[in-house]
Amino acid sequence: MRVPLSWLRDFAPFEGDPVALGETFDDLGMVVEGLERVGDGLDGVVVARVLDVRPHPKADRVRLTEVDAGDGQPRQVVCGAPNVAPGQLVALATIGALLPGDFEISRRKVRGEWSEGMICSARELGLGEDAEGIMVLPDGLGPGAPFAEAMGISADVVYDLAIEANRPDALCVVGVARDAAARLGLPFAIPDHPVLEGPQPVAELATIAVQCPELCPRFTARVITGVRVGESPAWLVRRLALAGMRAISDVVDASNYVMLELGQPTHPYDLDLLPGAGLLVRRAEPGDTLVTLDGVTRRLGDGDDCLICDANGVPVGIGGIMGGASSEISPSTTRVLLEAAYFDRMTIARTSKRLGLRTEASARFERGCDPEGIERAVARFCSLLAGGEVAAGMLDQWQRPPRPRPVRLRTARVNALLGASLDDEQIPALLEPVGFTASPAGDGLHDVVVPSFRPDVEAEIDLVEEVARHHGYSRIAPTVPSSPYVGQLTPYQRGRRLLRDILAGAGVSEAVSSPLVAPGDHERAGLEGEAIAAVDPLAREESILRTSLLPGLLKAVSFNASHRSPDVKLFEIGHVFRPPPGRRAPLPDEPEMLAVALADPEGRPDAGAVEAKRLLDLVLDAMHLSGARLDAATAPGFHPSRTARVQLGGDMIGYLGEVDPFVLEAMGIAGRVGLIEVFLEGLVPRQRVYVQARPLSRHPSSDIDLAFVVDDSTPAAAVALSLRQAAGELLADLRLFDVFRDARLGSDRRSLAFRLRLQALDRTLTDGEVADLRRRCIEAVESAHGAELRG
Amino acid sequence: MSDEGAALAALVAAGLARLEAVSTLEELAAAEAAVLGKRSELASHQQALGRLPPEQRREAGRQVNQARQALQATADKARDRVRVAERARRLQAERLDLTEVTPGPHRGRLNLVGQTRDELEDVFVGMGYSVAEGPEVETDWHNFEALNMPVAHPARSGHDTLYLDWGPPESTLLRTQTSPVQIRVMQGTPPPIYSVMPGKVYRKDTPDARHTPSFSQIEGLVVDRGITFGDLAGTIRSFTAAYFGPSIQSRLRPAYFPFTEPSAEFEITCTICQGGGCRTCSGTGWIELGGCGMVHPKVLANVGIDAEEWSGFAFGFGIDRCAQMRHGLSDMRVLLDNDIRFISQF
Repeated sequence: MRVPLSWLRDFAPFEGDPVALGETFDDLGMVVEGLERVGDGLDGVVVARVLDVRPHPKADRVRLTEVDAGDGQPRQVVCGAPNVAPGQLVALATIGALLPGDFEISRRKVRGEWSEGMICSARELGLGEDAEGIMVLPDGLGPGAPFAEAMGISADVVYDLAIEANRPDALCVVGVARDAAARLGLPFAIPDHPVLEGPQPVAELATIAVQCPELCPRFTARVITGVRVGESPAWLVRRLALAGMRAISDVVDASNYVMLELGQPTHPYDLDLLPGAGLLVRRAEPGDTLVTLDGVTRRLGDGDDCLICDANGVPVGIGGIMGGASSEISPSTTRVLLEAAYFDRMTIARTSKRLGLRTEASARFERGCDPEGIERAVARFCSLLAGGEVAAGMLDQWQRPPRPRPVRLRTARVNALLGASLDDEQIPALLEPVGFTASPAGDGLHDVVVPSFRPDVEAEIDLVEEVARHHGYSRIAPTVPSSPYVGQLTPYQRGRRLLRDILAGAGVSEAVSSPLVAPGDHERAGLEGEAIAAVDPLAREESILRTSLLPGLLKAVSFNASHRSPDVKLFEIGHVFRPPPGRRAPLPDEPEMLAVALADPEGRPDAGAVEAKRLLDLVLDAMHLSGARLDAATAPGFHPSRTARVQLGGDMIGYLGEVDPFVLEAMGIAGRVGLIEVFLEGLVPRQRVYVQARPLSRHPSSDIDLAFVVDDSTPAAAVALSLRQAAGELLADLRLFDVFRDARLGSDRRSLAFRLRLQALDRTLTDGEVADLRRRCIEAVESAHGAELRG
Repeated sequence: MSDEGAALAALVAAGLARLEAVSTLEELAAAEAAVLGKRSELASHQQALGRLPPEQRREAGRQVNQARQALQATADKARDRVRVAERARRLQAERLDLTEVTPGPHRGRLNLVGQTRDELEDVFVGMGYSVAEGPEVETDWHNFEALNMPVAHPARSGHDTLYLDWGPPESTLLRTQTSPVQIRVMQGTPPPIYSVMPGKVYRKDTPDARHTPSFSQIEGLVVDRGITFGDLAGTIRSFTAAYFGPSIQSRLRPAYFPFTEPSAEFEITCTICQGGGCRTCSGTGWIELGGCGMVHPKVLANVGIDAEEWSGFAFGFGIDRCAQMRHGLSDMRVLLDNDIRFISQF
């Protein structure tokens, strides 16, 4: 909201540094988003008449003008504005003028032609946003006159304030002035503007009826006759302009002015265009339509909409939001009916949201106007309208609610919540300047009457905030509460961090993808099944909740490949969203997953699933997890013949392998991409597990190497398991150190060579013991897997 | 000099010459064996001593010994010389220009947002807080109603909520804040509560340089006996100084949130200009970081906590925004591209 300082001064004597006043606004929660100095830098700008306009010999976009600046010396000025024309009065910045923004005017050549000054637009003079063309001044001004003086412009400051949703009272100049005057200890007063009524009673001219007082608790109308619609005085036009509103006609301008000054929207009708000479307020019915002032046909009645209708029930406005085109004020209007009402906040909010129609009026009504401020607003309107006669009396339908009971406020509660030590006198002194009345109600107790313009204040806590705000947040001494706990991460949170560090240490970087993906992203990643969609998303690209981390990671691989990093290794930890069968649960399943993608554009033999397997081994080892079991399996998105299901401690924790070649093709990714996707819970225990120390043997160990020829269908892990079982507790280490395929071994067969390290805790193993174990291991593998010991 | 003596002298001269000529340890070993070994001529001379008459034996023995000592000393010197030479040869052969060695496998990097979150969590853990997490898909009740934002509350319109096709219309949504975790914590744990809630939140927002549809936030919640607005101000001062550095100040400014009262925005000294005033802070020297306030009595009532016995404060701010401020990100969208050239920088 734009608030000129000169307007604020109508209500309290604000002096001194405008920046300091801005800081006061900030400190009261009315945040200064902009501070604009206007009307400065107009020295050297004079009124001038354009005598002649002709083309520039060397440039199409600019023209040469001859202007008279009152000194009898026509001068040439180059002008780029399309609207410059002979005979116009314009604002000429003469040589040496320093325009707003420290822009100095000097005599200069424009494409070879001298320019003796500049013809200015409103924006160049800091007088508005209009930069479309030069400012054309009203007739009657004398060339050579100082521009600011001739136009009645004095320097001003405009604050652009952000007003919080709970402060409807501050959505006007008076409200801002009231708050700031209270903080600064300045006298604050709203001047009275008595209405000079004529003899004719209003009831003879118009009628009103309200059929839905629950939507419109107060509805009033005054009638002004003998109106001659014209232009507003310059000072009013300028105030509106500074506040960001365009002048339209004196009647409409007065209505807008009152809203900006007092926060009460009003609506003027051309009474002669209201059939039946009256207004009827009713609930909209399905099928009601109205062409609003902006020329749009609005469909109403799909909810609780409050309609303003003529006396015959035909809509002429949407209550509190926008008037209709049919009864608009026009130059020929002579009799004005001014509506001033108070509408139900929720009704305005719902209708405005449903119609997608937000106006200055609806913004104020939905936050809450002052039903008791209507008389003042209407009187102010009448005072602004020169000419015309105000009919006697005001039509008023008011479903007046019972006066709210005073709010009980405890000094002790204020201090306990704020950490302050205010006394029984200080609290009323903070509240009363902003319109509250606090009366003592016993020791440390106050009964506070809330003014009608503060609908946000209902309970004690609201008054606590009001006290804090006017006392000043910065005056409350900071303290730090001491937690009775020792802060720490849970075992799961610690484990998750460890896992991330392990992966990073292993050369894998952490990705974070948007959990919202585009339709088709899952399918492109080979994933099936149902996903949850956003209702009415802003962008289709972000409308489906991921059921897997795969789409995001593959997109990242593809993105990097197209940016010449085809060999990225990425992991992501994040939630995925899966509808449980039947979609019955109040919320979908939301497990936290880990996924790893290891890209190798060349698709080397030890890339892809091989690399993923090695990484998983590394992770399991570093996380002290043993006993993982891998079984060949298929899973959506995974390579059908290079994938294993991962089990740990009997639980299926996920899949290991590489991305399905079809998927890679669809995503335009070359080579192989190793892939792991597991439930994070499978790798990161919820409880801490402490590794128990194992005694180290001081006796020498013996190594034996055994190579077996087995069918391809026999997993190496199965052979290893047989060896482990046969060797028993004397097995200190077992590793598969060679896999060898050769036609001489037979097709579909391979040799697996293992090295077993045997060691006892309490003795050196004898040659006989080692030989015995060796024999048992060979027998076990041969009998269990149809294996042959290789020479 | 006897013939014997002359022969010995010749033997020594030849031996010395041979030993001095060696240039490798292998040559030295061969020369030593030939000159001083069991089958050397010197050894024969030694053996011959026994056959000499006793009156000659003494003198002859002295001469042989002298010869042996001379030869041995020369062999030892030769060994030292050859070792030095061999080491020099080896060092020469092994010379390595370490600048021609290129980097091998490199460490991966943790995501900037994750690093920032970890560091913020650590600050609060150090202040005695636990870290609470919750679902990203939430009920309307947890995200709004319990937080004193009933249906059609005007403050909801500022949230640009993404509702989901789940359950009755507008019953399920992507959380717009991590505050629903506050509700879950208060429902699940009796006070005192000292917790922070980091995590992803969602807004129906067109992506631009400052907004992405999902981003990370961290909120804090304290509920205890006698918690005051001063405690809130002091806590914000402490953690902003801990994270951004001791030269960074903080201040509170009145604001409105339905779930807290009194409510405030908190601002910190602009990290770009250190408070001097620049474009980033619009010349004010301050940057808005987040919102905070005393937990509204209605919120406490909604989770069954007696607002007369307990009071509390809550605050929240953007993790991505902290990263942006500290690391000078000009465009937030880069956080979701997963461009390895970006990830690798941190």
